[in-house]
Amino acid sequence: MNKSLYDYLILLGDSPLILGHRLSELCGHGPNLETDIALSNIALDLFGQVRNWFQYAAEIHGEGKTEDDIAFLRYEHEYRNVVLTEQPNKDFAWVIARQFYFDAFHYSLLTQLCESRDERISAIAAKSIKEVTYHRRFSSEWVKRLGDGTEESHIRMQNAIAHFAMYKGELFEETNVEKEMFSAGIGADFKLIKAQFESFTNEVLNEAGLEIPQIDWTQRGGKQGVHSEHLGYILADLQYMQRAYPGMQW
Amino acid sequence: MTMKKEWPVWEVFIRSRSGLDHRHAGSVHAADAKMALENARDVYTRRQEGVSIWVVPSASITASDPEEGGELFEPAKDKVYRHPTFYDLPDELTHM
Repeated sequence: MNKSLYDYLILLGDSPLILGHRLSELCGHGPNLETDIALSNIALDLFGQVRNWFQYAAEIHGEGKTEDDIAFLRYEHEYRNVVLTEQPNKDFAWVIARQFYFDAFHYSLLTQLCESRDERISAIAAKSIKEVTYHRRFSSEWVKRLGDGTEESHIRMQNAIAHFAMYKGELFEETNVEKEMFSAGIGADFKLIKAQFESFTNEVLNEAGLEIPQIDWTQRGGKQGVHSEHLGYILADLQYMQRAYPGMQW
Repeated sequence: MTMKKEWPVWEVFIRSRSGLDHRHAGSVHAADAKMALENARDVYTRRQEGVSIWVVPSASITASDPEEGGELFEPAKDKVYRHPTFYDLPDELTHM
């Protein structure tokens, strides 16, 4: 098995998996019917992408491993999602700020992966980029609306943008596997992702009348398997069924 | 997460891939036309229902009064000759 490629696919799949789970928690609890459905649509888009990454990873792994084994039967320290994605849904501004930072990163990552030398990766990226283009449009539109809305919406959006700023640095931290994949022409250039991320988010925040948070440190660890306390609870929820009834089917 | 003030209602019209006309699909709440379009996309085109969307503020629609249904619509009931059912249509003629 190609261990590096397998690890790389896990890195690609884990962040959308955990973010998708967070969004799915809002199903039936969104601020209104329209936004509720929009957030559930985004969750489903992300799960579809995760399935593509994990199906590929399972094939590379061999020995009968399936996408479900990868999604549901790993332990907390084996997940490689960025810490940003596991942060809870506090209010709508939090949901939007978390989504906005992730979408800005995700869009730039997938744009580059469309050109990956690995044809399977470039095909998955090409399919996903249309979805993520819409996600980025949805979240940045809401950043502008809330930032430029009422006094209260402005304060809440500003607080959320400032709160999640400490998590964005991890998006650009390159692991050894990602370095290796970039040199092989398979992965993405993180310097370019960072530059595109900064220019896109700054432009939206300016338009929204929001201050760009100045931060001097970064919350990190997710990509090495060191997570915040929230991931354990997510996994308890996510894995309960497979652990209680191994191999169960609908 | 509750809203103190409800957004206005918009009527949504969708044109399907094979359709020639926009058909009424339902309604959404939205603060403005742009948001109404996005909401309509999220609510009414999830299953590939459409390739084009129109939204119209519900308040802009003038509706007939259901009470007046009798005088408005009943008179057409027994005038079958107004339907073009007495003609044989050539096969080449579509969209009738």
